[in-house]
Amino acid sequence: MSVGFIMLVHTALDRATAVARHWAGSGCPVVIHVDRNVARSDYDEFAQGLADLDNVRFCRRHRVEWGTWSMVAATQSAAEMALAEFPDIRHVYLASGACLPLRPVQELVAYLAARPRTDFIESVTTSDVPWTVGGLDRERFTMRFPFSWKRHRRLFDAYVKVQRRVKYRRKVPPGIVPHLGSQWWCLTRQTLSAILEDPDRATYDAYFRRVWIPDESYFQTLARLYSQDMQSRSLTLSKFDHQGKPHIFYDDHLQLLRRSDCFVARKIWPQAGRLYSAFLSNDPAVTKNAEPNPAKIDRLFTKAVERRTLGRAGLYMQSRFPIDGFENGRTAGQYSVFEGFSDLFENFETWLARSVGGRVHGHLFHPEQVQFAGDEQVYNGSLGNGAPLRDYNPRAFLTNLIWNTRGERQCFQFGPYDQQDISWFIACDPNAQISVITGAWAVRLFQSNRNFSTIRREAAALQKIEARHVDILRSQFTKARVRIWSMADFVQNPMEPLQIIIDEIAPRGQHRLTEAPVMADLRGFGQFLQNLKNQGMHPYLMGDFPVGEDPGTPPRERRRPYLVK
Amino acid sequence: MRKRRELSAVAGRTGQIKPNDILLFCTLRNEKRRLPYFLQYYRQQGVQHFLFVDNGSDDGSREFLEAQPDVSLWSTTASYKRSRFGVDWMNWLLRKYGQDHWCVVVDVDEFLVYPFCDTRPIAALTDWLDSSGVRSFGTMMLDMYPRGPVQAETYVEGQNPFDIAAWFDSGNYIISRNPEYRNLWIQGGPRARLFFPDRPQEAPALNKIPLIKWHRSYTFVNSTHMLLPRGLNLVYDDRGGEKASGVLLHAKFLDTFIDKSEEEIERKEHYGESREYKAYVRQMQNSPVLWNKWSEKYINWRQLEILGLMSKGNWA
Repeated sequence: MSVGFIMLVHTALDRATAVARHWAGSGCPVVIHVDRNVARSDYDEFAQGLADLDNVRFCRRHRVEWGTWSMVAATQSAAEMALAEFPDIRHVYLASGACLPLRPVQELVAYLAARPRTDFIESVTTSDVPWTVGGLDRERFTMRFPFSWKRHRRLFDAYVKVQRRVKYRRKVPPGIVPHLGSQWWCLTRQTLSAILEDPDRATYDAYFRRVWIPDESYFQTLARLYSQDMQSRSLTLSKFDHQGKPHIFYDDHLQLLRRSDCFVARKIWPQAGRLYSAFLSNDPAVTKNAEPNPAKIDRLFTKAVERRTLGRAGLYMQSRFPIDGFENGRTAGQYSVFEGFSDLFENFETWLARSVGGRVHGHLFHPEQVQFAGDEQVYNGSLGNGAPLRDYNPRAFLTNLIWNTRGERQCFQFGPYDQQDISWFIACDPNAQISVITGAWAVRLFQSNRNFSTIRREAAALQKIEARHVDILRSQFTKARVRIWSMADFVQNPMEPLQIIIDEIAPRGQHRLTEAPVMADLRGFGQFLQNLKNQGMHPYLMGDFPVGEDPGTPPRERRRPYLVK
Repeated sequence: MRKRRELSAVAGRTGQIKPNDILLFCTLRNEKRRLPYFLQYYRQQGVQHFLFVDNGSDDGSREFLEAQPDVSLWSTTASYKRSRFGVDWMNWLLRKYGQDHWCVVVDVDEFLVYPFCDTRPIAALTDWLDSSGVRSFGTMMLDMYPRGPVQAETYVEGQNPFDIAAWFDSGNYIISRNPEYRNLWIQGGPRARLFFPDRPQEAPALNKIPLIKWHRSYTFVNSTHMLLPRGLNLVYDDRGGEKASGVLLHAKFLDTFIDKSEEEIERKEHYGESREYKAYVRQMQNSPVLWNKWSEKYINWRQLEILGLMSKGNWA
């Protein structure tokens, strides 16, 4: 028989019994180490449950604490016993009580028999592993760790800090290079016995006794000295999350585990009854002789860690509420804000919707009510059009809208007569494309039929609001893609900026605008501005409009020649 | 602590509670129709013992609960309002029986949905939370409502309420942080949309922490919205990541709703002068349909996770 198992057991003894029975019953010797923390009576019952099997042994018990030497000591005891008592075994497979064989034992036996001199142990130098948690990679070999990480975390951390401060370094024994790797290995008798019978073992043990998490480095380091053919990978499928704690397998992972073709998986949730009943069989029908291929499971767990550490951009919910600057995307997607365009052009929204597709809203922050596209009263996600609810938390309103419409670009109009609370938020959002024609709000006043004194007062107020808004857009904190034109500049040559904006929104379109939006009739606008000046107000945001000359109003029939073909 | 004298034991089966059992704590009044399905749902998810406080029911709720083999029942006729809407009673029972247990604290119309709840029992979640060193699990209450008028269909005892109230609002929730207790304050959904459109600040809170590994030093401050010590309220990540979280499906809007609202206004035993219930009754008389064309129909937890209403976090 070519393979024997070592099992380190501390909880869920009934599951460990089942697995040990499976292996032993398939002809593989099993040596079990039971944590001394397990009550005597439980241990006796456990041992009794396996007493009928003549190839199961129990080794000397150690009190095991995670991250300490006791794990290695337990492994050593069990390994010595396995090598001594079962002279036939060629490979020793280290497993835990939460391990579950996924493929029939005879497949593993055949696999190892075909590779009689190969050691399967993950072993990587410290400088090459990105996955150590807590920043202790090299340092775990050069510091002392007398305090328990689980029980006395503060002391542990403080002691590490002190050692860093005084630059304390232990000497690594000559001849070995620290390596790290998964604790679960499968070594040949030659390699394992060489490690255990090494004349310098006392030196190595004394050194590793003070190393942090030696069970991930003792055999991984020493195997390098003796192995003739080392495959630096573990035959046990075992994935860890960002906190260094193993991912757990449940009943619903059954298909995934089957397809992984790994020999053994850990950790299995003790109550995952379906997994245990499905995999603890040597049914030759499921034999595939495939190479282990855990890629699918890797992807699943990588995604889980990404979700936990990065999250979904633009999502705000009960378990994700990032503080400013840590949003990893303030909103879920790109959107465009147009300021002044719907004042300067007639039916701008209709034209824009035709040109770029996507969803074109009116003034979402209009003081009376939200102007959703198509005058909808309720929008995606049951977002209402009521102003009070929106103004209660404008930021939530906008992030909700962008989240609810993921995959479809949103465009909306904005101006100085809208609620301004959202200004900073959009200015600091890299997903926002903000295009502003300053002063265009005056067109609306220019066309209105109101007393001039009212107009003058309102113009002054709007100009003040827009000036403040433009200051925000020009601040050093702005991350949005902002383009600002004065109205006078824009009117001179409207198609070029429009083309730039549209290209940015729909880059794959690559189509030239075939139709220009209709500009409002600006005849007399220069005089209108002059009148405001005469009343003592200084309209400056719209740029320089000479009195009597109306540059922005070409004869209507000459609209098309604007287009650059 | 004086509140304990208000409770008198009707059925004491707490002796059955075993060390790692998952317990459920609940206060109710006249909910006979809802109880059978409620018990069935949570038993199926793996709750091992129920601890109820009956606040003066006269519809047979008490007799029904008394007869259940896994229920311990206390009864009181004291004021719901004066016990801070049942919180004092819950705190006392939790303190006495909840120590070192994972405890579900919900109302009879709240149904806990957590990641993988269709394939894994609550114990799978709590074992995982234990191994991650997490003591509290956050949720958002999701108001469910029927397609037509609320009173159109009659809810029958034992029926899954979400066969009728199958719809919900998917993306109109408003969140802010409460600096004092560090919890999130979530509002929105159909109640904010229809009953408080002009006074959004009065819309009811939807954030809840219904699953806690209890310790006798813990206490609920205000319903299950927030806890002390404050660290328990940190069920969210503020560095951009997502922690695992769930949803409490809220089966409030069934045909029982209008009678209940009128009764509660009569009793004046609810929060803020039963302001919420007054708003309901006022609205319900005009337009009793909560549904709109953007309402989502409930399928399963995966749907809620995709919509961003809950998260698997790093549980896979």
